[in-house]
Amino acid sequence: MNPLRCEVLVVGAGPAGGMAAKSCAEKGIDTILIEKKPEIGAPLRCAEGVSKKMFKEIGVEPKPEWIRADMKGAVIRSPDGTSFQLDESKAGAEVGYVLERHLFDKGISKLAAEAGARIYLRTWMTGPIKENGKIVGAHCVSMGEPLDIYCDCIVGADGVESQVGRWCGIDTNLKLGDIEPCIQYRMAGCECSMDFCEFILGRSVAPGGYLWIFPKGDGVANVGIGIGGTFAKDGVRPKQFLDKFIAEDPRFRKAQILEIDAGFDSTCPGLEDGYSTDNVLLVGDSARLIDPLTGGGIGHACVSGMYAGEVLAECKKKGDYSAEALKAYDRKIRDRMEDGLYRDWMAKEKLAELDDETINELVKIMSTADIEHVNVQNLLIAIKDKYPKLVEGFEDLI
Amino acid sequence: MIVNTNKCLHCGGCVGSCPKNAIFLCDTILTFNSDCNRCGRCVRLCPVGALSMEGAQ
Repeated sequence: MNPLRCEVLVVGAGPAGGMAAKSCAEKGIDTILIEKKPEIGAPLRCAEGVSKKMFKEIGVEPKPEWIRADMKGAVIRSPDGTSFQLDESKAGAEVGYVLERHLFDKGISKLAAEAGARIYLRTWMTGPIKENGKIVGAHCVSMGEPLDIYCDCIVGADGVESQVGRWCGIDTNLKLGDIEPCIQYRMAGCECSMDFCEFILGRSVAPGGYLWIFPKGDGVANVGIGIGGTFAKDGVRPKQFLDKFIAEDPRFRKAQILEIDAGFDSTCPGLEDGYSTDNVLLVGDSARLIDPLTGGGIGHACVSGMYAGEVLAECKKKGDYSAEALKAYDRKIRDRMEDGLYRDWMAKEKLAELDDETINELVKIMSTADIEHVNVQNLLIAIKDKYPKLVEGFEDLI
Repeated sequence: MIVNTNKCLHCGGCVGSCPKNAIFLCDTILTFNSDCNRCGRCVRLCPVGALSMEGAQ
C-alpha cells in the first residue's frame, strides 16, 4: 500500500489513544489513529469502573449509553467478613460509574473522528521507521498488507502490552512484583448489591491483590480478581482463587458466567526514566499509569491522552518534537499523577505483606474511624493513626 | 514455548510482562521470537496456566 503521512500517529484506540487522537485533532493536528482489532472496545480486558470526576477533568460529557450502572458507593471487605461501606455522601466523586467499555471506547474514538482524526482498524504497528537514527514513522500492517505511516510523533497507546515504547527506546519493563495477572467473569444471576462496588482483601482471597465485584445492573456483575506477580506460579493462579470465592459465596450460588476476560495490570509507581523520547510519547496503560493500589486505569488513560494533545499542539507550533520539547508532557504527568502513583504503590507493597488477621484489623479500623470525606488519602490517614507500620516510608505523601 | 491454544484467553498480559519483548499477540495467535530466553515469567504469570516450556517437567 502507498505510504501515509500525518503529523501524529496514535497506536491503539482504547480510552488513552482515543482521547489523544481527539485532543490532537481538535487542535488542528493531522492525526491518524490505528487499532489492531477489528472492533474498538472489544474484547474486554477491564473491570469497567471509573470515577465520576474524571469526565469533568477531561471535559467530556458522558453519554448515557456509556454508563451501565451508577454506583451509590463502595464496600471494602476483609476475609472474616468485616466490611466497611463508603456511601456517596462520604465518598463524593471517588465513587463512580461502571461503564459499558465497548460503547465508551467507541464513543471516545467517535469524538476523535468528528474532530478530524483518520481511523484505520485492523492496522497494527510492527516497528519504527528510522532515518539517520531518528524515528520518522511506523511500519504497520493494515488488513494484511504492509503499510508505512510517516509522522512527526508517535503516541504509543497500545495498552499493557506496551510494545511501542520498548521498540522506540522507552523502558516500560516491569518488575515481577509490579505485575498483577487478572481474570474476570461477567456473571448473570448474581444476588449481590447492584448499587455498591465491592473490594475484598486478604491473602487467602487474593494474595497481593484484591477481588472485585462491579455490578452492571439486573443481576449482572463483573466479578474478578488480580493477584500479585510474586505470588503467582503454577498452582497459584487468579482463576483458582476466583473459582473458589464464587463457589463459597452464597450470593453467586445461582450465578452463571456470560463472558471470561483476562488481562494484566501494572502496579508500578510510573516510569522512572520518563514517558517520552525523541518523536515518541506514551499514554495510558502503555505508560504504566494504572493506579497500583486500585488497579484503575481509565481515568489516567484519558487524562494522559488529553495532555498528549496539549503538548503536541505546542510542538506543532514550534516544529519541534524532540525529547526536550516532549519533556513538557512528562512534567504534566509527574505533576498530576506521580505523587498519587507513588503513594498508592507504597500502600500496595505494604498491603501485600499483611496476613488475613491484620487485614481484618485494618478494615475494622476503617469501619470505626470517623472519616468525613472518604478517599484513599483519608483512609490512609485513619490507618496511620492506629497502624503506623502500614504507612512507614511514605508518611510524607499522606 | 508451548501455548495451549485451548486455554489461552488472548489477553496479551504475557506480551507486556515479557522482559525481552519477545511475545507477540495478533487476535488469537500468540507467537514468540528468538529473543525469548526462556526465563519463564510468562509461564508463571498466565492467569489460566496456558503456557509451558518445552522440556520442562
